[in-house]
Amino acid sequence: MQVAPTSPQMLDPPRQATARSEDYLWTLNFGPQHPATHTTLRLVLKLEGERVVDALPEMGYLHSGFEKIGEHLTFNQYVTVTDRMNYISPMANNVAWHHAVETLLGLELTPRCRVIRTIIAELARISDHLLCNGAVGLDTGAFTFFLYAFYQREVIYDIFETLCGARFTNSYTRVGGLSQDMTPLVVEKIRTFVRTFPKTLDDMERLLTRNRIFVDRTRGVGVLTRAEAVNRGATGPVARASGVARDLRKDEPYLAYADYEFQVCCATAGDCYARYLVRMQEMRESLRIITQAIENVPAGPVNVGIDQRTALPTKQQVYSTIEGTISHFELSMSNRGFEVPHEETYAAVEAPNGELGFYLAGDGNESAYRARCRPPSVLHFALFPHLIRGHTLSDVVAVLGSLNIIAAELDR
Amino acid sequence: MPFPPPAVDDMLAALADRFGSLETSVFRGQTRVVAPETRSFELLEFLAGRGFDLLVDVSCVDYLDYREPPMGMRGGKGRRYGLVYLLASTATNQRLTVRVFVDDPAPTVPSVVPLWEAANWLEREVWDLFGIRFAGHPDLRRLVMPDEFAAHPLRKDYPLQGRGERHNFPVITRHES
Repeated sequence: MQVAPTSPQMLDPPRQATARSEDYLWTLNFGPQHPATHTTLRLVLKLEGERVVDALPEMGYLHSGFEKIGEHLTFNQYVTVTDRMNYISPMANNVAWHHAVETLLGLELTPRCRVIRTIIAELARISDHLLCNGAVGLDTGAFTFFLYAFYQREVIYDIFETLCGARFTNSYTRVGGLSQDMTPLVVEKIRTFVRTFPKTLDDMERLLTRNRIFVDRTRGVGVLTRAEAVNRGATGPVARASGVARDLRKDEPYLAYADYEFQVCCATAGDCYARYLVRMQEMRESLRIITQAIENVPAGPVNVGIDQRTALPTKQQVYSTIEGTISHFELSMSNRGFEVPHEETYAAVEAPNGELGFYLAGDGNESAYRARCRPPSVLHFALFPHLIRGHTLSDVVAVLGSLNIIAAELDR
Repeated sequence: MPFPPPAVDDMLAALADRFGSLETSVFRGQTRVVAPETRSFELLEFLAGRGFDLLVDVSCVDYLDYREPPMGMRGGKGRRYGLVYLLASTATNQRLTVRVFVDDPAPTVPSVVPLWEAANWLEREVWDLFGIRFAGHPDLRRLVMPDEFAAHPLRKDYPLQGRGERHNFPVITRHES
């Protein structure tokens, strides 16, 4: 005979003592194609109700063998591949790649080239942080904030387009120089950007920094302590938000960074909110660097001289001097090129995401024998299970967004 | 040229005290030390305890087609793989590169995950792309290539365009499926 339920417990009988506790965990596949991952990566989440018990990150969906390609393309050709690594800030990758190549060759850049590269690297940092913070806002429900950020990215795209003709995949640097010089129009556009951008930054901070919903969703979520950050190899804003005062622009000043005044932005909380704050403040510091640099761009050539035999000479030099003609011929021939030492170097720059370095082995050819890329995203993505354990499913996007994982750079 | 990181002479002296004379070289202000294959973990543990708290990168170079001894050093002569451990100190900003050379067949080195958690995925990537085993690694699965992939594509004898599906993936017979 059927007994009518008299209490809620009867509808939900006690669980069998023989069942193991993990039998009741949900497994949820997050990605590889999910709008909130922003890129192609996969997370296998173990959930108990809404709480994440464990997470298993999977990568490789976008693996396209960039390091293998780097062994077959010449040092100048490979810059097009670096564009596609962290496609949020391709200029920073261009600068990092040729910084590594020039370290291997022992090339000294011209002052003008150093300053222009510094300016574009900082513009790239601003555009990367805008997208990263914008996406954190978007994922936690602040859509307007994202649009404010993206509008300014559009302005930076416009500057890059005026500079080198490409908005997105810039391929702007060359061994020993740049593909083209900066024109007065670009200088004017950067000046305008420097003037107008702080207002947007203020607006953005007013919108989100003290917004109750945003603060509640990010403060105390995904906490990374200083010791863990160092031990797990975090760099860049993620490490600085945990109190690691490490910034290669200060610690190993490359390009023209030693000439400018700026501060390294740090926080101690190590949570998503701290990472957001560090990125917001870093944009202001980048703007400070650009302001100082754009008014003092040294005159002179952007490429190293003909005697270095690495950068193509100007047309004027090719047609009117014998050295220019010879140099142009040698660099254009496939079996001549420039000599690379039988040596190995590692050179890194402070990319928007962290330490982006290339370990290059040269074997005399004009392409690298080994072109290892040290991507910050891999080590940050490895942090993810550690950061998310114990938080809820809705925190996944906040943590993922604050780490700024770019799958193209992750998988290469 | 950037300002080179601070010198590591004190570290090299400490290493020489402990491990006898090691082969070192400097190029563009970067110091490299060749660790003996059998004592690599001991050496890295020593450095980790001496302030190199940040493991920047673990990677590898396959010297199959290389015409000269790697970096002009004796240590790597005749060995096919050269592992690269890039260490840094967050306190002093010193950097040190440690090289460990291993050879076929079955190249194996001890895992450094007990020293730096950062090594976990980096070593998985080296295993995936070069086929070097890390003894004692907690979770040595492939990182970027599919799990059932059969080759190690960054080795120099693996062609740029790959070898095709038939070679790269195991054949499953009707009986097995």
